[in-house]
Amino acid sequence: MLRSVVAITISVLLACATQAVEIDYWQYSYKSRLDAMDKLIEVFETDNPDIKVRHTNFPYAQYRTKVAAAVSAGEGPDVVQLYYGWLADYRDAGILQPLSKELFPANDIEADYFPLVGLMKQDGDYYALPTAVRSLGLFWNKKLFAEAGLDPERPPKTLDALVEMAKKLVKKDKAGNIIQVGLTVGPINQDHNWWREVLVRQFGGTPYNAGTSKVTYFDEAGLQAFEYYSRLVTHHKVGVVDFMDKGEIAFKAGRAAMHIDGSFVLSTFDRARNLDYGITELPEHNGIKANFSSYWVNGITSKARGQKRAAAEKFLKFITSEDAQQFWLDEVGELPARRAVAAREKNVNHPKYGPFIKGLDYAYTTDFKSESAQRKTVVDMLDRVVLTGMSVADSLKIAAEQDQKIIDEARTK
Amino acid sequence: MTLAKKRALSAWIFIAVPLIYFILVRFYPTLDAFSIAFTDWNIVGEKRYIGFDNFITLWNDPVFWGVLSNTFEYLLLGVPISLLLSFIIAYFLDQVRFGHGFLRACYFIPFLTTAVAMAWVWRWFYQPVPVGMINLALGELGILQLDFLRSTTQALPAVLAPAIWAGLGFQIVIFMAGLRAIPTTYYEAAKIDGASAWRVLWDITLPQLRPTIIFLTVISSIGFLRIFDQVYNMTQEGEGGPLNATRPIVLHIYKAAFEDFEMGMAAAQTVVLFVLLLIITIIQLRVLRK
Repeated sequence: MLRSVVAITISVLLACATQAVEIDYWQYSYKSRLDAMDKLIEVFETDNPDIKVRHTNFPYAQYRTKVAAAVSAGEGPDVVQLYYGWLADYRDAGILQPLSKELFPANDIEADYFPLVGLMKQDGDYYALPTAVRSLGLFWNKKLFAEAGLDPERPPKTLDALVEMAKKLVKKDKAGNIIQVGLTVGPINQDHNWWREVLVRQFGGTPYNAGTSKVTYFDEAGLQAFEYYSRLVTHHKVGVVDFMDKGEIAFKAGRAAMHIDGSFVLSTFDRARNLDYGITELPEHNGIKANFSSYWVNGITSKARGQKRAAAEKFLKFITSEDAQQFWLDEVGELPARRAVAAREKNVNHPKYGPFIKGLDYAYTTDFKSESAQRKTVVDMLDRVVLTGMSVADSLKIAAEQDQKIIDEARTK
Repeated sequence: MTLAKKRALSAWIFIAVPLIYFILVRFYPTLDAFSIAFTDWNIVGEKRYIGFDNFITLWNDPVFWGVLSNTFEYLLLGVPISLLLSFIIAYFLDQVRFGHGFLRACYFIPFLTTAVAMAWVWRWFYQPVPVGMINLALGELGILQLDFLRSTTQALPAVLAPAIWAGLGFQIVIFMAGLRAIPTTYYEAAKIDGASAWRVLWDITLPQLRPTIIFLTVISSIGFLRIFDQVYNMTQEGEGGPLNATRPIVLHIYKAAFEDFEMGMAAAQTVVLFVLLLIITIIQLRVLRK
C-alpha cells in the first residue's frame, strides 16, 4: 500500500516536473521588491501550476552589465526587469522582443496606463510594461522647520518660497562651513531630472523637441532655470553639492531640511529613527506644475521562445495586473502605473503616496538616449559654475552641446 | 623513450593544463581585443569593420586626452612618492629590532585589505563637515575646510593617497628583502674605512638595490597606470569626477565597454593602454639597467 502511494507520488511529481515550464525572472536587489515579487510569484504559481518562476537578483551596480552579457550569450532571464531609459538600448541590441498584440493590445495599454508609458512603444510595438512608476516630491523635515521658527506643517508651495525658507534653515559651524543644508543639491541623484523636466518647463521652456531629436533648453527659459538652480549653491548658499555624499543620507540624518527625491526613498526614510518628515508636491512656479516620472519595466527577452514565451507573457500579464499593482503599492510603496489603481480614494489621499500620485497627472518622462551620459552633462554643468566659476550661460551652452551630441550619436547608430 | 624524455614529457603534460588555460582565457582575448579595436560593436550585434575610425575619434576627443593626462599624473606622482616612502620606511624598519614583526604587519595590512572597502572609508574621511574626519579636525581648529574630492585640483591626489598607501606594504616587504640580500661584508668594509652613513647609503645600499628598484618601478608603474578601484569607488557614481578630474584610462575603458556598450571603442582604448605600458616598461628597463 505504502509502496504504491510512494510510487504514485513520485510519478505524479515526475509528470509535473516534465510538464512544468520553468521561466527565469531577473531584477536587481532591493529588499522590499524582492519580498513582494516572491509573494506575487507564489500566487502566480498557485494559479498556474504548470509554470515555475525562478527569481534571480543582482546588486544594482552589476545588474545592467550582467543582463546584457547573459542574454547575448543565450543565457539569463526570460522576463527581465529594466529601467525604462534602457529600453532603446536593449531593443537595439536585440535583447528584447515585442509583446504580443493579442495579450497586450495597444489600445488597452493606452487607455489604462498613465501616458508616460507611451515611451515603451517603439515602431508600433510595446516592448515592456511597468508594474509601478515613481515621481518626485519635496520632502521636508518638520523638526528642523520648527527649530528655525517655521510652521512645521507648511512646506513651500512655490520656487521663491522654497529659496526663502531654505535660507532660514541653513546652519554653519564656527569656521563658516555649512553643517545643515536648507535644500539638498545633488544633480547626480534626482536633481538632474528636476532641472530638466521641471525647472526648465516652469520657467517657460521645454527640455527637448517632440521626438527628442533636438535640445531646446539653451534659451532664455533654460538660462533662468539653470540660474535658479545654480544660485542655490553659489548665491543663496542654501546647499552644498553632494552634501554628506548624497542628499538622501543628509536628509535621513536630519542634516537637510528639504530634499527632492523619488517615491522610492520612502522606505529608507521610514526606517530612520527620529525622522519626522512630510511630503508635498514639487513647488510650482509661474503657476506651472511639472514633475518627472521614471519607472522600471518588465520585458520579455529574445531568449524566451515557444512554451517559455507563452509562460513569460502570462507572468508579465499577471505582475502588471490591477491587483498586483495595488499589492506592489502596499508592499513596496511604488506608485501604480494604471490610472484606475492610482485614482482609488485610499491611494490618492494617502499622506505619503498621495503627493506623488498627484504628481503623476502632470509628470513628464525623459526619452533618455543614455541616461548616465546625459545625467553627467547636468552634473558637469553645475560643477563648471560651482568649481571653476564659469558663467551660467557658457556652462549651459556646453551642456546643451554635449547633450545634443549624445542624442545625435544615438540617432545615427 | 629515455628516462629524461619521459620526465620532460610528464613535465609538459603538467604544464599543458595551465598553458591551455592561459591561451584561452588570457592570450586569445588579448589578441582578439586588437581585432575588436577596428570594429564598431555593441556586444550583442554583428561586428562592423571600420578601420582606424575608433583611433581617429580618440585622437580628436579632448576628454580622452584629459583622461590620458590624468593617468600620467597618477603615474608621475604615484611611482616616486610610493617608492620613496616605502624605501624610507623599509630602510629604518630594517634597523628596528623591537616590535619589528608588529610594525611590518601594520604596514602590510593595507595591502591585504579590499581596495573597495578602503576606498569607501577614505571617501568618508574626505567628506566636508559634518561627516569627514579630516575636515572636522580642521573645523575644530577654526580653519575653513578643504574640498578634497569636490575640487578639480585636489581630487586626484586625494584619490591617489589611499592607492599609494595600499601598495606600500608590498613595496616595503620587497625593499626589505633587497636590503637583507646585500652582503654584510660591504658594510663591514665601509665601517672599517670610516664611511659616513650617507656615503654607505649612496655608494653601497642604493647601487646594490638596483634590481629591486627596477622591479618595483616597473610593477608600480603598471599598477598606477591601471588605477581603477579607488577612482570608481571614491567618486560620485564612479564617474571619475568632478569634471573628469580623476578619471583614468581604465575607468574610461570600463565606461565605454560596460555602460555605453561600445566594445570597439573600448578595445581601441585598451590597445592605446597596452602600447603605453609597453613603451614605458621598455624605457624603464633600458634606463635603469644601464
